[in-house]
Amino acid sequence: MGKIGLIVRREFWTRVRKPSFLIMTILGPLLLVGGITAVVFLGMQESGIQNVVIIDKAHLLTNKLKDTDDIKFFYQPEDMPDSVFKAGPYTAMIDVNEAVLENNTVQLFYKDLPSQTVQNYLSSEIEKVIEKEKLRVNNVDPETYQRIKTALKVQLFDIDKAGKRSYDQAKAGIGFAFGYLIFLFIFLYGVQVMRGVMEEKQNRVVEVLISSVKPFQLMMGKIVGIALVGLTQFLLWVALSAVLGTIGLGLAKDRISASALQQATPQMTTQLQAQLGGAELAQAQDDRAEDLQVLVDIWNDLPIALIIGLFIFYFLGGYLIYSSLFAAVGAAVDVETDTQQFMLPITIPMMLAIFIAQTAVYNPDGPAVFWCSIIPFTSPVVMMIRIAMGNAFEHPGELALSMALLVATFLFTTWLAGRIYRTGILMYGKKVTWKELGKWLFYRG
Amino acid sequence: MLTCEHIVKRYGDHLALNGVSMEVPEGKVFGLLGPNGAGKTTLIRIITRITGPDEGRVLLNGRPMTADDVALLGYLPEERGLYKKMKVGEQALYLARLKGMGRKEAAQRLKEWFERWEITGWWNKKVEELSKGMAQKVQFITTVLHGPKLLILDEPFSGFDPINAELIRGEILRLRDEGTTVMLSTHNMGSVEELCDHIALIDKSKVMLHGSVREIRKRYSTDTYKVEYKGSRVAFADALGFHGELTAHREDADFSTALVKLKHGATLNTALRPLLSAVELHGVSEEVPRMHDIFIRVVSENEPASVKADMTE
Repeated sequence: MGKIGLIVRREFWTRVRKPSFLIMTILGPLLLVGGITAVVFLGMQESGIQNVVIIDKAHLLTNKLKDTDDIKFFYQPEDMPDSVFKAGPYTAMIDVNEAVLENNTVQLFYKDLPSQTVQNYLSSEIEKVIEKEKLRVNNVDPETYQRIKTALKVQLFDIDKAGKRSYDQAKAGIGFAFGYLIFLFIFLYGVQVMRGVMEEKQNRVVEVLISSVKPFQLMMGKIVGIALVGLTQFLLWVALSAVLGTIGLGLAKDRISASALQQATPQMTTQLQAQLGGAELAQAQDDRAEDLQVLVDIWNDLPIALIIGLFIFYFLGGYLIYSSLFAAVGAAVDVETDTQQFMLPITIPMMLAIFIAQTAVYNPDGPAVFWCSIIPFTSPVVMMIRIAMGNAFEHPGELALSMALLVATFLFTTWLAGRIYRTGILMYGKKVTWKELGKWLFYRG
Repeated sequence: MLTCEHIVKRYGDHLALNGVSMEVPEGKVFGLLGPNGAGKTTLIRIITRITGPDEGRVLLNGRPMTADDVALLGYLPEERGLYKKMKVGEQALYLARLKGMGRKEAAQRLKEWFERWEITGWWNKKVEELSKGMAQKVQFITTVLHGPKLLILDEPFSGFDPINAELIRGEILRLRDEGTTVMLSTHNMGSVEELCDHIALIDKSKVMLHGSVREIRKRYSTDTYKVEYKGSRVAFADALGFHGELTAHREDADFSTALVKLKHGATLNTALRPLLSAVELHGVSEEVPRMHDIFIRVVSENEPASVKADMTE
């Protein structure tokens, strides 16, 4: 094994064996999937048995609302004093005023705020009854109404992709997620490279090492070793997220279908209700099927393998550029507080990249997005969005240029960083300036 | 063994080494001396190929040194350290393998060293758990483990208590006897006299003094002898006459000690002859100048030039 190999192995294993790596690896996807699942779950979580008293001053609702396992309706024609409500067994009170057909407003009083699901159920139940009443008052046949009622859907098609619906927004979102991941990894691991270099310098182990290996080997060994840590972490995250996601999705799915069914199957007391309810059930199922279809379409439409491949390419390219610069900074300074003046010019392009990436989600063809997807300091983040949206594949020349520039730039920055590094690591007790760094570039090796 | 030929190294406007040439003989301990900032570390870094010279070259056994030759070197830098979080054994293995040793061979030799110094218990300790002296011992082992032909030690005794310094001194002499050439850079002139066969003194980027220790001390000899005798001081001075000058004298209860500086043209023999009959001699020894004094003398004589050098820096 070559000397770089030995260094890569040390850098890799000392980091992977740290407890913090294991914790991050497990916690990352747990937080991600757990967070999403928790939000979905909490939103659906019922707030216990709801006893809802309807103050039916309009005399429209009494005995027309459908109870569920968790929600029981009670009816009262007259106002209930607050004190009675507070002392009573009811968890919520809905005041339906006499003019509800005109103002379409009811007031819900609660002891503990009912969950969104409960609120949705209450409002949809009341809505249905009021709608029916309006149909009756206006003498409209419910069947006619059902035919007239329109929920317009706009489907998007890209004219260049014949016959395929496009989901640019969703894809841009996926691209942004990849871009953001690159941004995160470059920072997380770039800073680790800087810390590692500084540690070696502060420990004074560096001079021992470079009597055995060339400074450039030492620097590259560290950069590559930490890149492997990053990739390992990424792959572990993907694997763990997939496992956790499947479990989480399975649980969530059960809940969703159960509550969808609950909402969509009211007790069919009258023929009218039966017709309405049946139509809505069909509609709900349609929506769900369509949501699923969208996901399948996007999945089929995205060249996943190609995107993952390009993600790894742009991650490595961007990481090599930035981490070599971070390594140079680590070598140039003695203490962490001195890093600030050199860190700023490195972080600004990264921040710009994230900022532009956000605009790219809405406007992938804009000039700012175009330039930032070509310029190597921002392209790893911005180009990911154009790749996910398919835009990059329509302009293969631009993609090739961007990739070529990325490679050329990391060759240049590693060369540059190498020259600063080999002088910097042996320089102690000197406050380094930009001018000083410039001089180091031209020292003979 | 090692020859430096007219080495020049500049850092910007600063001339760190100005035509340095020296010869390190094989199988000897060679002392590289000089005040702080003289250019010693730069020279060592050029020899260890950490940095390259602007002019001149380094020859190893008569041929120009190549990158592969660093495996023949063992270097203990003055600014030295280990990875604090890494275990001692693992780290020693890592450093040995970076020097090109195989895993098995390195583990075997490390075991021998650890057993010989009775420190096998340290193997699984982290370096940060060791005291400074303990870490220095580990560092010394990792420097010599691969059996270097040329061992370069920069201030090897700093950080050691007298007992461990003695241990290191013994190891250096043992390695020399086994054929290793040792280049020692230190400010401790006592250990130079004890250990070094040859020295080079660098000051203001130039070699000021170069040669065997015995020869140099002779060159700086002041022709002063310590004479112990029994008898009267007046008789002693009379007998000495024009052969020498009495520079110091001490009388104890039953005998006296005199420091005699021979006058030009006189030899010890001619000076002693009249003394033999005048007083009862007990001992005569040459007052050889200490390296410490030679060092100070050479460096301070070089001082005026240094003022200029400081200003250009």
